[in-house]
Amino acid sequence: MTIDMSQFYQVFFDEADELLAEMEKLLLALDVNAPDSEDLNAIFRSAHSIKGGAATFGFTDITEVTHVLESLLDRIRKGEMALTTEHVDAFLASKDVLAMLMNGHRHGEAIDHDAVQNVSKRLNALSEGGPVAAVSAPAAQQSAPAEKTVPTADADGNFHFRIELPAVPQKDVDALAAELGLMGTLTRDSLPDQRAVFNLVTSESQDTIVAICAFVLDPDALVITAAGPSAPVSAPAYELYEQVPPPASAAAPAPAAKPEPVAAAPAGETKNWGRRATDKEGGNAESSSIRVSVEKVDQLINLVGELVITQAMIDQRISALDPLLHERLMNSANQLARNTRDLQEAVMSIRMMPMDYVFSRFPRMVRDLAGKLGKKVEFVTRGAATELDKGLIERIVDPLTHLVRNSVDHGIEMPDRRRAAGKNESGRLTLSAAHQGGNIVIEVTDDGGGLNRERILAKAKQNGLAVSDTMPDSEVWQLIFAPGFSTAEVVTDVSGRGVGMDVVKRNIAAMGGVVDIRSVPGSGTTISISLPLTLAILDGMLIKVGEEIYILPLGYVVESLQPAPVDVKEIAGQGKVVKVREEYLQLIPLYQIFAIEPKSADPSQGILVILESEGKKAALLVDSLVGQQQVVVKNLESNFRKVAGISGATILGDGGVSLILDVAALLRSSRQLNVDTLCF
Amino acid sequence: MLTLTDTARDQEAEKPSEDAKEYLAFTLGREEYGIDILRVQEIRGYEPVTRIANAPEFIKGVVNLRGTIIPIVDMRIKLNLGEATYDQFTVVIILSIAGRVVGMVVDSVSDVTTLKPEQMRGAPEVGTAFDSDYLIGLGDLGQRMLILVDIEKLMSSSEMGLIEKIAA
Repeated sequence: MTIDMSQFYQVFFDEADELLAEMEKLLLALDVNAPDSEDLNAIFRSAHSIKGGAATFGFTDITEVTHVLESLLDRIRKGEMALTTEHVDAFLASKDVLAMLMNGHRHGEAIDHDAVQNVSKRLNALSEGGPVAAVSAPAAQQSAPAEKTVPTADADGNFHFRIELPAVPQKDVDALAAELGLMGTLTRDSLPDQRAVFNLVTSESQDTIVAICAFVLDPDALVITAAGPSAPVSAPAYELYEQVPPPASAAAPAPAAKPEPVAAAPAGETKNWGRRATDKEGGNAESSSIRVSVEKVDQLINLVGELVITQAMIDQRISALDPLLHERLMNSANQLARNTRDLQEAVMSIRMMPMDYVFSRFPRMVRDLAGKLGKKVEFVTRGAATELDKGLIERIVDPLTHLVRNSVDHGIEMPDRRRAAGKNESGRLTLSAAHQGGNIVIEVTDDGGGLNRERILAKAKQNGLAVSDTMPDSEVWQLIFAPGFSTAEVVTDVSGRGVGMDVVKRNIAAMGGVVDIRSVPGSGTTISISLPLTLAILDGMLIKVGEEIYILPLGYVVESLQPAPVDVKEIAGQGKVVKVREEYLQLIPLYQIFAIEPKSADPSQGILVILESEGKKAALLVDSLVGQQQVVVKNLESNFRKVAGISGATILGDGGVSLILDVAALLRSSRQLNVDTLCF
Repeated sequence: MLTLTDTARDQEAEKPSEDAKEYLAFTLGREEYGIDILRVQEIRGYEPVTRIANAPEFIKGVVNLRGTIIPIVDMRIKLNLGEATYDQFTVVIILSIAGRVVGMVVDSVSDVTTLKPEQMRGAPEVGTAFDSDYLIGLGDLGQRMLILVDIEKLMSSSEMGLIEKIAA
């Protein structure tokens, strides 16, 4: 039985990703002048846990970078060295290198070996600035950042290991001997204190041995010694550098860029191998959560959706019964309804994730950007605990990244200009999230120069957009979402190519959200994104045309009314308009679009639902309103195809299917229709 | 003679010929058709559908099949065979094709038949309502004759318009 370790890789990567993110967050929050020792400890633990995991899985390159990092961190946290900004920068750089190495292992992405070397050098250089006692070991690392600390193979490609077991029951020793025996030639021996010692000649690596032993005993208690024909080159004194620093000169002969480097461990040098990734110090938080695949959660949500529908069916059937005769049945049904609702809420909340997931990646980006542009930016987040559907949270990252970059690049001014304007030299960028009804509102606010109305209008005219000088501000601001629009004076590598804002708007619209801009010249800009909390459930208005029931997403509905016959006017014998509060709205007869036999084609006999999308309003003519309810959105395309004017479907209480109208498309296509009519 | 034939038959029964395939036989009008049983997910009665606006007439609409929304096509309308009436005897064959689920309305379902290669006849050039592109051949069952349809090819064809073609 050989254990395939690769099945655990994903767990390690996921965990390491989290640890790296955590590390970065802590590093950014660190006050260089008065670092909090708890934070330092936490950073150290993160590095240490990654190192442990990487060692277990044999990712030697990761182990080595983390090792140098950890050593440096260790000394800082012990107060042997003072923390400087240089340190923080170097740590952040090494975090990037680690992430790169991780991706290299995970997806086979290219690894920039120079970057790895640079970071090692940088860390080592910093170490050298400290007490002499610790210089040599990291220095040894420097020249051989990718070296594997495996013993030299003998002529047959075999390694010689001496494995000292801790005190374990005899049957475990036997079991281990049998397992290890499969790997090569094993001889058993025992120490004076009855502990067992194996001598193993094998072609497998030390990691494999540790991995096998880990199932029976604590690998920390294992002492594995590489014995055998080793070359007299001193290896990096890995993990024990405080104890025996080898001479600094040892670094020199180690060849730096061997593709499959082999460093010899001198006989008798012992190491503690294979700390498990869930380190005793670092792994406490894990026990309170479990990892579940998104598919499983989605399946659960689907099933609960089914349950809600079934429950609605039962309700409908029961309502036809005599309440006096079936009182107890009705009580039970009410109970079921309550429980179902609670269950649905609880299940939906599984998909919810805090906005922190998105926000946490920005401090670093803002810091780097501000540094590159020579600006000073103070970054603040608010409401990071606000929760949003996981599907949406992943899709909001890109638009939000773009907006934050824009704010740093265009919004916040250079320090001298800020000073001239009587403002604080360092700009303030605020990222906030808050719930508002069924929506989440995410805002990117800067206290920069604000949008320049004149320049936007000039640029719009230049681009041939239909604008007038008397447009309200809100409409002018919306112009920056037009494709190819950029008001930046200089195109920088940060932003200003004019691609982006239109994409931002499109992406957000695709999520069912809207973008709004507020800007005051001289005091800053706020870009506000409003998104529905989840895509899986929608507040719908049920409408009836003929015998068919359709659903209108409530978000688009402004009001509904029964028009007076005089308010409906015909234009050119084709389209109709309706006057609502001194405003003429285009009338869209749903029966005509969907070829339904209506109860009455006369608008004054039906109901007009005023819809608003993308700033355009129109009146939809329907026969009657049925009611409002939350519906579970089902995809029509998974088994069928896209249908014009329909955005999805849902299952009603009676088990029948009802189609959800695509309001934005309806308004668009009806406009199109009018343009076509005009052309003829 | 008799024993010989029997033995031969036994042998055949013992080792199911690799080429023998099972077909679900159904009727449309007066013609009997056969489709690969492996494409059939289940057989249900007809239930009211939700109409899709502006869809071809043979696409009856969509129904809720245990939480998934599936389209229902009426082959009688598509092929102009028989009366398209809907009552408690109307049958819907639920097909699983290319990862999608589609319901197909037919007049009736008769049985599941195993056809050996020697019972298969080539597809005629004319004589059925199907485009010969979608025919596998004819199944000879002595008294009956099955028109064997490549249902996967038919249902995913652009002619049916059930699956959106990826823009080339």
